[in-house]
Amino acid sequence: MISLKNITKTYKNTPVVKNVTLELPKGKIISLVGSNGAGKSTLLGVIARVLNPDDGQIIINERNIEDYKTRLLAQHISILKQSNHLNLKLAVKELVAFGRFPYSQGKLNTTDQEKINEALTFLELDDLKDRYVDELSGGQKQRVFLAMVVAQDTDYILLDEPLNNLDMKHSVQIMKTLQALCKQKGKTIIMVVHDINFASQYSHYIAALKSGEIKYFGKTQDIIEPKKLKDVFDIDFEILEHNNKKICNYFN
Amino acid sequence: MNVIKNYNTLKLFGLAALVLVLAIVSLFIGVKNISPLQVLNWNKQEVMLLTISRFPRTIALVITGVGMSICGLIMQQITQNKFVSPTTSGSLDAAKLGILTTLIVIPQEQALVKLIVSFLVTFSASLLFIKIINNLKHKSIVFVPIVGLLFGGIINSITSFFAYKFNIVQDVGATRDMSGSWLMGDFSGILQGNYEAVYLCLPAVVITYVYASKFTVIGMGKEVSLNLGLNYSSVLNIGLLCVSLTISAIVVTVGIIPFLGLVIPNIISHFKGDNLKATLPYTALFGAAFLLVCDIIGRLIIFPFEVPIGLMIGLVGGFSFLILLIKKQ
Amino acid sequence: MTAITKKMSILLLLTLGLIALFLFIGLPNNWDYALEKRSVKIVAIIVVSCAVATASVIFQTLTSNRILTPSIMGFEAVYFLFQTVIIFIYGDKTFRVINQENNFFLSILCMLLFAFVIFKLLFKKEKNNLYLLLLIGLVLGTLFQTVSSFLQLIIDPNEFLMLQGSLYASFNSINYDLLWYASGTLLLCFGVVFCFTNHLNVMLLGRDQSINLGVNYFKKTQLFLFLIAILVSVSTALVGPITFLGVLVTNLTYELFKTYKHQILIPACCMVSVVSILLAQYVVEEVFQYNSTISIIINFVGGIYFMYLLFKAKKL
Repeated sequence: MISLKNITKTYKNTPVVKNVTLELPKGKIISLVGSNGAGKSTLLGVIARVLNPDDGQIIINERNIEDYKTRLLAQHISILKQSNHLNLKLAVKELVAFGRFPYSQGKLNTTDQEKINEALTFLELDDLKDRYVDELSGGQKQRVFLAMVVAQDTDYILLDEPLNNLDMKHSVQIMKTLQALCKQKGKTIIMVVHDINFASQYSHYIAALKSGEIKYFGKTQDIIEPKKLKDVFDIDFEILEHNNKKICNYFN
Repeated sequence: MNVIKNYNTLKLFGLAALVLVLAIVSLFIGVKNISPLQVLNWNKQEVMLLTISRFPRTIALVITGVGMSICGLIMQQITQNKFVSPTTSGSLDAAKLGILTTLIVIPQEQALVKLIVSFLVTFSASLLFIKIINNLKHKSIVFVPIVGLLFGGIINSITSFFAYKFNIVQDVGATRDMSGSWLMGDFSGILQGNYEAVYLCLPAVVITYVYASKFTVIGMGKEVSLNLGLNYSSVLNIGLLCVSLTISAIVVTVGIIPFLGLVIPNIISHFKGDNLKATLPYTALFGAAFLLVCDIIGRLIIFPFEVPIGLMIGLVGGFSFLILLIKKQ
Repeated sequence: MTAITKKMSILLLLTLGLIALFLFIGLPNNWDYALEKRSVKIVAIIVVSCAVATASVIFQTLTSNRILTPSIMGFEAVYFLFQTVIIFIYGDKTFRVINQENNFFLSILCMLLFAFVIFKLLFKKEKNNLYLLLLIGLVLGTLFQTVSSFLQLIIDPNEFLMLQGSLYASFNSINYDLLWYASGTLLLCFGVVFCFTNHLNVMLLGRDQSINLGVNYFKKTQLFLFLIAILVSVSTALVGPITFLGVLVTNLTYELFKTYKHQILIPACCMVSVVSILLAQYVVEEVFQYNSTISIIINFVGGIYFMYLLFKAKKL
């Protein structure tokens, strides 16, 4: 379980994340939603220690992340940022192999090799593994980076807008993969999503942020309500139900 | 509204008056002591000294100050980068390479030939620089000037290569690969008859004023200018022609004045914002005032000798730029 | 992998061959003296090549940019200023007051001090903006150069000739002892670098990705910058500055070996660097009959290559 205690992060005197306290349950898919500038990506970055909070504590598996060795922490938590342009000529399998760095520091053993192959298969990349990453399409690239995270084999996987720039087919494909990761491998997935309907369809929990604060946090069913959503996004919502899943209509 | 406008005009007049006062002070500093009284009494020798040496110097100072600052401003608009200037785009180094070329090819050169060759080299170098920037993917405010400085370094290494080959190293001062002491800005040699080329900066200043908003538009890129119905390449060429002409005229007559074109527009934009039309007169006047002050100090601190203006500006401007950089962080 | 091994072997053979040519061709009758002189020269060339190559590869990895070289960070300007100042102060007595050895160590000290100051000034935990660091280094460099050029203007022309000797890189008058110190330092740095080549590979992926993969990015960056500072100052103090060597050899290496692995890149780049300097030295001696210097040749060629890179590469 990841607990956040009083996390605060300020950029040039404007607080972006204000005093956030949150407990993120294990083995679930959790979506962070909110308008632009609500502090979602910053919060995610802080949890992944890519950004340093000005104040507050992050506790992973009952240990403060500052007490972890950087290398050890990378075996527990991984993050995939939204912009992943590479200037390198790197084959798919080579990039995925980097995911094993926290374990073997670059000298791959048989377990590493197995994990890499497993990750490649999991994301259906077997045919592409010898191709160069910069030659792939957006959807394929995203899968490759996801494969690297899968190879890293951490309990917690943090994703910053994994659907950014993907079309509907590839978005659904990625989401299905995440669902499988959660279900089959028991991973905890925390992600920033822009489309409220993707959050509603695929996540177990939703945390809604507004101007740096957690406005609502709870089971998806409880958060997807016209009143709450209006409060968070400042537009009107109509909620439709289909197959026990809620779909938001905000096209007024 | 009217009040604000009047207030601004007042400030502009204040700045103009400051330049005038500084110019008058500058006239009466020198090894030979001249007092305003003697001039008023039409003392022949003093008046002659004034017209042959002091007036040209002061005029050259004012025009250089205006010209360099405006050049910086145009380049910053065209590249949309606050830290681009003649110093950080290789233009000054190109002007030097041009002069070196004339020294090698036609040693008994005339000032005009020097100017033309240097202008041509500077113009091509600025075109090249713009091309390079357009090629860059990573156009951050800090990275573009780094590329510009490197570009200048390359031009200088070419200068060094030929200077060494033709054995004119100390004259050319190409001892250092990034920039040389050769042609370090110096107003002490300015006399009637050898400085008039700086007047060539004036048309450039006028054109800049007319084209001000167009430069801003082309700075936003080819597509945007096309969309707004502007001919990108012709406006770009006009801008670069102005800049190159100004720079080569100044380098040929007084030498290299580093950092002025960088620092002055930044200081003005800090106080007055970025509306080019509104800031232009301030930038021009402030540039002149700044250069005059540096020159006066340079002439006074080791009186009766003087510190070359290139060194004074190099130090003061360099430090100001550093402060800007650290503040920007 | 085999392709890379093959290329490495060819490069190694080429390097060794050139070294042998340089050492043995046209040896005069009393060969032992000449051979000793040539050996010293070749060792100096190897030391400088490896130092510049290693420093440049690491620097480009840290900045994830292939057109930069640590030499432009201001080290050379500090070296220039120091040399100018001592000649300005002591004039023709310089060599009696400060011997070559002291000059070497004092130069290194000045450069390291400079590096320390700008690193301290700019390193904040959150974002170590290397581009800003570089630009500030460049500007400080120009500031120092302004002062040097002023001093050079007022230096007597004879003393200026002396100064010129130390300002242009040259392998013709290397102090034997200094070479030992430099080689030792180089080996030490090499040892450290080769412990962390895998970290360098990860750091190519950028800051966030490195942190994600458990690299202590902040500490590692500092460590590598420190190593770069040592390598560059030692090579500069030994033979003088060769600004564009780094850009030239690293990019040639990337072209030859399309790999990201520093285990291969660094040694390959060292060899490319040795080859380049040897060729430049040949051009200086045979084509220009010593009427040019190695730094001018390398900067000229490197500069032109650099322009080509700026135009060609859309991915800078």
